[in-house]
Amino acid sequence: MLYKTLRKEAFRSVVEAILAGSEGVGPRRVGTDRRGKPIHQFLPAERFEDMDFSYDTTEFSAKTYFLPFREKLSTYRFTDGDWEQEIRYRAEPRALIGLHACDINALLRLDKVFARDWYPSPYYLSRRRNTFILGIDHDPCEGAFCRALGTDTVTHGFDLFLTDIGESYFAAVGSDRGLALIEGFGAQPITDEDSHRYVAERKRIAALTENGLNLNNLPNLLDIEFKSPIWAKWGAKCLSCGTCAMVCPTCYCHGVYERISMDFREGAKIRQLHSCTLVDFAVVAGGHNFRPTPESRLKYRYYHQHRGFVEQHEEPKCVGCNRCGRACLAGITPVEVIRELQEEVGP
Amino acid sequence: MRYLKIDSPRPRIAVFDFTDCEGCELQLANKEETLVPFLNAVEIVDFREIATGEGEDYEIAFVEGAISRSDEVERLKVIRGKARLLVALGSCACFGGVNRMKNAYDLDAANAEVYGPTPKETLPVRSVKEVVPVDLEIPGCPVCKDEVERIVRHLVLDVPFAFHAYPVCVECKQRFTTCLMEKGQLCLGPIVRAGCEAPCPAGGLGCWGCRGPAEAPNVEEFFALAKARGFTDGEVSERMAFFGGFEGIAAGGTR
Ligand code: SF4
Ligand code: SF4
Ligand code: SF4
Ligand code: SF4
Repeated sequence: MLYKTLRKEAFRSVVEAILAGSEGVGPRRVGTDRRGKPIHQFLPAERFEDMDFSYDTTEFSAKTYFLPFREKLSTYRFTDGDWEQEIRYRAEPRALIGLHACDINALLRLDKVFARDWYPSPYYLSRRRNTFILGIDHDPCEGAFCRALGTDTVTHGFDLFLTDIGESYFAAVGSDRGLALIEGFGAQPITDEDSHRYVAERKRIAALTENGLNLNNLPNLLDIEFKSPIWAKWGAKCLSCGTCAMVCPTCYCHGVYERISMDFREGAKIRQLHSCTLVDFAVVAGGHNFRPTPESRLKYRYYHQHRGFVEQHEEPKCVGCNRCGRACLAGITPVEVIRELQEEVGP
Repeated sequence: MRYLKIDSPRPRIAVFDFTDCEGCELQLANKEETLVPFLNAVEIVDFREIATGEGEDYEIAFVEGAISRSDEVERLKVIRGKARLLVALGSCACFGGVNRMKNAYDLDAANAEVYGPTPKETLPVRSVKEVVPVDLEIPGCPVCKDEVERIVRHLVLDVPFAFHAYPVCVECKQRFTTCLMEKGQLCLGPIVRAGCEAPCPAGGLGCWGCRGPAEAPNVEEFFALAKARGFTDGEVSERMAFFGGFEGIAAGGTR
C-alpha cells in the first residue's frame, strides 16, 4: 500500500474534480427520524454541498450501485419467426464518495461472490471496475459491531481512503487512478510523524468502537444453538418484511423473472433482490415451502451471514454495520440476538 | 389461458360497476403509453366508461365495486351466469372497500345520515365473493394498471399469475423511500401486500392497506411496534378497517 498525505483544504477540490469527471454518489441527508436524528442515504450528488460527510450511517447501503434492487439482465425481441437478444452490461463511470470502512469491506465480500467465484457476474464486474471509491475514516456509528468483525479498518477495495490526522488527511492509495487524482492536488510523501499520528488516531477510533462483543467461534456456536428457543422468541417478532436484507450491504440473494411487453413482441429477464426473511423465499415448484415459519427464515439469515459464508469464503458475510438492526421495525438487532445465544451456552 | 377456462387468444371482456367510484375502471383506460396494445390484447364487448355497445357474449367479466343493494345482487348473478371467468376489480369488489365502513353503523341511521328525508333501499355492504363465486381478485384503491396488464398478459399466454406474497416495505426499498415509521408516521406497509409499487409512502403518506393483507402478516407484532411508537390500538384498528381487507384479521390489539 502506498500512503500519502493530503492537505485538509484540498479535500473539496478532490471531490469536485471527481464530480466533474463522472457521476458522483455520496451521503445525502434525506430527513430526520422520530428521535430528531438525521437520516442519510447514498444518492447521486452534483455539488460538494449536496453531501454531508459527517454522516453516521445511511439508511440503505451502497450495494445498490453494484447490485440494483431491480436490473434488466437481457431483453429479447420477437420478429417474424425469429428473435433477437440484447445483453448490456456496460456501466458508465461513477464515483462513490465518502464510504466508511465497513461498506468497502462489504464490497470485498460481494467481490468474493460476484467477481471471484465460479460464475463471475459481468453486470457486477463492470460496475465494480467503473466505480471510483473514495473512503473516509470516522468515529463509530451507534450500534455497530464492526470492531468485533475486524471491518472497522480496510486495506484494499478502494481507490483512496482518508483518515483525518489533524492538519491533513492520511491517504491510503489503492489504485493508479487514486494516486493520479491526489497528485494533482499536492499530495505529499508521509513522514514518520504522519505515521505516528495515523496510528494514534486509529487507536482512538478503535477504543470508541469497542463494545465488548466477541464473535470468536460464532460459527460453531450457531451450530450448537440450532434448536435454541431464542430463535422462536425473535421469530415471533419478525414481520417477514425483508427490510433487513434489503438495507444490508452484503445480502445479495435475488430472484430472476421474465417480463413480456404489452404488445407481446418484447421480453426481458429481470433480476430482483429478494430476501431470505420473505415468506415465499424458500417455496419450490409444487408449492412446498422449506422455511414456512418466520423463525426458520430469520434464523437462516443469521446462518448465512455468520456460518454458511464462513464455510465458503473463510469469513463472515456480515460486516457489523447494524443497518439491519436500525431498520428493523420489530427491534431485532444482531448484537442482541448473538449476545443471547452466547449467554445461553454459558459465560 | 386454459388454466382459467378461457381458450381464445383475444379474450372477450366486459367491465361492470357496482357500488364504487369507478376509479378502477378509469385505471383500465389509463397509462397511455401502452393503452393501444392493452386494448389490442383483448376484445371489449361491454365497457360503459370507454365504449358504446352492450354485448353479452363476454368470457371475462371485470366486476368493480361492492354489493350494497338487492338489484345489484340480481345483476351480479346474471353476470356470473354469463361470464366464464369473473374477476373482482379493486378493493371495493375484493373486500367491500371504503363502503364497508357503513357496516359498523346501524343501517337506518347510516341511510338517514346520507340521504336525509329521502332514504334509499340499502343492504349491508358485501364484497363480490360474498355474493357469487369469484375466480380472481385484483386488489387496490385504485388497482395498479401495471399489475392489471401483467395479469392480462398471463391470461393471454396461459401462465398462472401469482401476486407478491411479501409486504409493501420491499417496494419502498426498491424506490429508495425513507421509511415513514422511522420518521414517526403510522404505516401499515409491513402487513400489507405489495404490488402497488408503494406510491403512498413515496408521496409521504403511510400505507392505509388498500391491497389487503400480505401473506401471513404478523398483525400481533405490528400492534406492539405501533404502540411502542405511540400509536394506539384504536388508531391501528381503524386504519386496518378502512378498506375492509383485514376483515376477520383486524380483530384485536395486543395484550
Ligand atoms: S428481522 Fe426485522 S427487518 Fe428483518 S424481516 Fe424480520 S421484521 Fe423485517
Ligand atoms: S447483517 Fe446487519 S450488521 Fe451485518 S452487514 Fe448486514 S446489515 Fe450490517
Ligand atoms: S414506509 Fe411503510 S411500507 Fe415503507 S418501509 Fe416503512 S413501514 Fe414499510
Ligand atoms: S401503499 Fe398501501 S394504501 Fe398505498 S397503494 Fe399501496 S397498499 Fe394501497
